[in-house]
Amino acid sequence: MTNVTDIPTEVRQVRTSAPTNEPGLTNARTADPGHLIRKPRRRRGTRIAATMAPYLQAAPIALVFLIFFVLPLAATVIVSFWQYTQYSIEPALTVQNYGDVFYGCFDQLPGLCTTFRTYLSTLKFGIVVWATTLVIGFTVAYFLAFHVRTLKVQVICFVLCTIPFWTSIVIRMISWIPLLGRNGLVNQALMAMGVTDTPLEGLLYSDFAVILALTHLYTLFMVVPIFNSLMRIDPALIEASHDAGATGAQTLRHVILPLARPGILIGSIFVVTVVVGDFMTIGIMGGQQIASVGKVIQTQMQFLQFPLAAANAVILLATVLAGVWALLKLVDIRREL
Amino acid sequence: MSQAQSVELAAVTKRYDNALAVDAISLKIKAGTYCCLLGPSGCGKSSTLRMIAGHEEVTDGDIVIGQRVVNNDTPAERGTAMMFQNYALFPHLSVAENVAFSLHMKGVARAERLARAATMLELVSMEDYAHRLPNQLSGGQQQRVALARALMTKPSVLLLDEPLSALDPFLRVRMRSELRRIQSELGITFIHVTHSQEEAMALADLMVVMNDGRIVQAAPPREIYNAPRTPFVARFIGGHNILEDGDRTITLRADDLAVLSDAGASDARRRATVSEIEYRGVDVRIGLETEAGESLTAVIGERAFFDQPLTPGAVVGVGWRTDAAHVLTLDR
Repeated sequence: MTNVTDIPTEVRQVRTSAPTNEPGLTNARTADPGHLIRKPRRRRGTRIAATMAPYLQAAPIALVFLIFFVLPLAATVIVSFWQYTQYSIEPALTVQNYGDVFYGCFDQLPGLCTTFRTYLSTLKFGIVVWATTLVIGFTVAYFLAFHVRTLKVQVICFVLCTIPFWTSIVIRMISWIPLLGRNGLVNQALMAMGVTDTPLEGLLYSDFAVILALTHLYTLFMVVPIFNSLMRIDPALIEASHDAGATGAQTLRHVILPLARPGILIGSIFVVTVVVGDFMTIGIMGGQQIASVGKVIQTQMQFLQFPLAAANAVILLATVLAGVWALLKLVDIRREL
Repeated sequence: MSQAQSVELAAVTKRYDNALAVDAISLKIKAGTYCCLLGPSGCGKSSTLRMIAGHEEVTDGDIVIGQRVVNNDTPAERGTAMMFQNYALFPHLSVAENVAFSLHMKGVARAERLARAATMLELVSMEDYAHRLPNQLSGGQQQRVALARALMTKPSVLLLDEPLSALDPFLRVRMRSELRRIQSELGITFIHVTHSQEEAMALADLMVVMNDGRIVQAAPPREIYNAPRTPFVARFIGGHNILEDGDRTITLRADDLAVLSDAGASDARRRATVSEIEYRGVDVRIGLETEAGESLTAVIGERAFFDQPLTPGAVVGVGWRTDAAHVLTLDR
């Protein structure tokens, strides 16, 4: 029963490759037979069930992804190569739609065509909102992780952070109007304080309003992954840094930020992808005056130009994926998780 | 390496909310001493160390290093360096960069700081691992790196928080002699927190036994072993029997008890039954129950025991030299 061939391979490997890298030491573990305890051998039927189990466990979510994500995505890509007229869509293989998206753009360079301007404007919101949510999100996560000591208070703070999500997106947008509008609270307060004589116009229906609303909506997506990363930092590391003479800013720069990087990247991917695809917030907060790729796609769909909309969507997707790919180059997520 | 400094605690107190962790302790540690703070968990030894290190604020009292009160100084200003219990190596930095971290913070250029880190890694025989990440090292190797990193700041006082507790017993004994060697080579003050009396006795010049946030006894290990002040100390360091002798409480070292096969011998002070025999190689431990209901432990050399072997249930006499009895002060 206990001859060597009965021992499972991985256990035998442990025995032969047991590390002896303690400098100048004979390794104590190699002399100790106690860790070579052999697992009882399973019967064949249970072994097959055991190998299948992880796949079965992953199956429901895989199915959901397949039906509601992979298939529609494939349909979008396929439709983007179809032909359309004002009243019909025909299966065909044409790159005409992609050409139409960029119609006239390359002739106009260095001047910017509408498509380029729209994409640039969308990317601008992506970058600005990424920056604001990162700064605010990191600060909030830092506070929650290092200054709030009890789990109970941390949970309460998190619930507070989710309050904006308790109502529909439209209500959340409309709620800004009494605050930022021409006769809104902010303008009334500023005028009452004598900061300004006439109400500020740029508060609502402007880039500022769009950035404010998007930041408000998506900061939480930054807080959660960064908080998760920060919570895994051993407080002793911060003390060790302090012990080595680092100032608070140096500890932040050389210890906390590098260790929070996976969380920052995951949060960044969330925020950038969501903001770049947004059309409702930009539409409502921009007073329908600010173009966005999402809005363009929505408009094209209203005019039943599905193949054109699909082509636009594919281009937007490619742009976002390129960004995500670049971010992933910066960190090996699989290793960091 | 910098000059060793003395460390003095003057009525140092630490209070967390309402709990008193360290209760007005006073202690003088001469420069260049290997001092061990010893006690059960929760006795305040770690809080004391962390206050000396500057990672915990002093509620009351003063900490003096050299000639300076350092209560409000940063660890770097104090000239202390700490070795953390689980080493606290920076997981994102290589071994060399971990060791060079304090130089990096001071703005030393990369080439120079890595060269100096390499020299320090040689001291702990880890120069071959400079490019590894901490999680690619074994516990013992991580500890050497942590030691090198702490010594990199040229501290005058090195503070070690249970440095050996995460190692297996074999490595622990080896690292113990290494710590002692490095301390005598550098000549700086070491303050080492441990809950193992064996470790403290093996390492310390000055052994400080703590309980309930107070120092119960501070003396060289031999003095503590031969003359424990209170029953707590006697029990905690082990190898002692505590007895009521008239109106006094005395302690007798287990190896000072003589087990006499003739229960009626004239030098027998107690009659006892052998309850347990434990063979330990170098010696044999004999558990005894006296007629008065006291439990005693005698330790007899292996050869001496087998010259006159005993079996459980035997009735024996227990004797000791009068000068072996040490009178204890009762715990408060």
